[in-house]
Amino acid sequence: MSDPALLKHSPLESAHVACGARMVEFGGWYMPVQYSGIMDEHRAVRSASGVFDISHMGEIIVSGPGALAWLESLLTNRVGKLAVTRGQYTLMLDEKAGVIDDLIIYRTGETAYFLVINGACRDLDLEWMRAHLPSDGSVVLQDQGNDYAAVALQGPDSEKILRSLFLFCDLPKRNGIAPLISSLVASKGSVPSLVARTGYTGEDGFELFVPVEVGVALWENLLAAGVKPCGLGSRDTLRLEMGYPLNGSDLSRDRTPLEACLDRFVSLDDPEKIDFSGRKALKQQCAEGLPSRLTPLKLSVQGPPLRSHYPVLAEGKPVGETCSGVLSPSLGEGIAMAYLPLALSVPGTQLEIEVRGRRYAATVATLPFYKKYTL
Amino acid sequence: MNVPADLRYAKTHEWIRLENDIIIVGITDHAQAELTDIVYSEPPKVGAEVKAGATAAVVESVKAASDIYSPLSGTVTEVNDALTVNPALLNTDPFGQGWIFKMKASNPAEVESLLTPEAYTAQIGQ
Repeated sequence: MSDPALLKHSPLESAHVACGARMVEFGGWYMPVQYSGIMDEHRAVRSASGVFDISHMGEIIVSGPGALAWLESLLTNRVGKLAVTRGQYTLMLDEKAGVIDDLIIYRTGETAYFLVINGACRDLDLEWMRAHLPSDGSVVLQDQGNDYAAVALQGPDSEKILRSLFLFCDLPKRNGIAPLISSLVASKGSVPSLVARTGYTGEDGFELFVPVEVGVALWENLLAAGVKPCGLGSRDTLRLEMGYPLNGSDLSRDRTPLEACLDRFVSLDDPEKIDFSGRKALKQQCAEGLPSRLTPLKLSVQGPPLRSHYPVLAEGKPVGETCSGVLSPSLGEGIAMAYLPLALSVPGTQLEIEVRGRRYAATVATLPFYKKYTL
Repeated sequence: MNVPADLRYAKTHEWIRLENDIIIVGITDHAQAELTDIVYSEPPKVGAEVKAGATAAVVESVKAASDIYSPLSGTVTEVNDALTVNPALLNTDPFGQGWIFKMKASNPAEVESLLTPEAYTAQIGQ
């Protein structure tokens, strides 16, 4: 493991250590990978509730009269469609349409936006954004990553639990954001607390952003309400069962969002969205045809858990490698994602995945891998 | 953490039990606790030649794959098929039903290089 002294630390670290978390390095951060076990935590989120420390994620506020126009030029989704209090998933691309980061943007005021970015990308994202900021002062960018502690409360019981802790708060609807006003998370002279109804698990749930100094109190209150503490391990199995991409594994500067099957978050033909970074390259890719598609795969036989960087073969020849893979705790089957040539990305296509020199039959699946209401 | 007194241990957290001229190999209680939920085990093949300190098997938790090293050199005589169906035996009974393979040692003197229960206990910091 990397030396913890060189890593960035969550404001909740003391609480993790106190409840027996196993800590690891993740994207430059020292974070909990698990508490009671990945299987147990995964099941808790699917059946009741679990809470994840997401303080490593970055928070950025963009405001000013030029905010909307600038964000439209920076991000792939149509920011102008957002009503105040609403959020959307979007991507930030370089000129070649490679993914710098995927993020959620919320509109918190007439000309104010709250962006939540990946922990491992905080410095790079800010650098990119500052380099592209208009020089006329019409857009103000504030990095609040170190001011916020953040947790994700996920699972079917999430709403009930939040209502019991925050009696007088209006909770947002799916993809919405609202102020979180409560003595539980009050802190003078600091950033305002926010609650968003979003997540990375496929379950109902909320992401809470509170001043760093009240983070531990919020965490402890959630645990006292019966919520299971969960680490990055189950966060990964939960997100992959839904087919949600992870930047750094499934997304990179070498792949476009069209290759990653994120077309619906890319506003290529909206007349209101004139141009954005990467648009020209995406248009060109559309004209030329996609070289590959991010493809869901499932083992067709009993086999080892799938992981990243396992070779994928078609008719005995290598055609790609897995970029994410796990043993799905809900399905009991190996699941993975791989960039494959278009002709091989059709559901039902028979392939093989090689693990330690042995080949196992695999099938192209459809997303999500885990379909809650049809099981 | 359980460290049975009648076994010898490798620094890499495997144990051996001598049963006449057959040696049984498994992973320790400490190892299974570190690995957490074990969901898959890939034993060596019966008849395979294994070398002391070289990879002989693989066990996988949800999060990671871990190599299991043979504590001694020799020939694999039997593998625990029960682990194929129920790899969690490695967690629940690491010194009993969770054994991984049996072998015949080609150089029994290698046993002397393995740790005593006391030395292994000290290594895992108990």
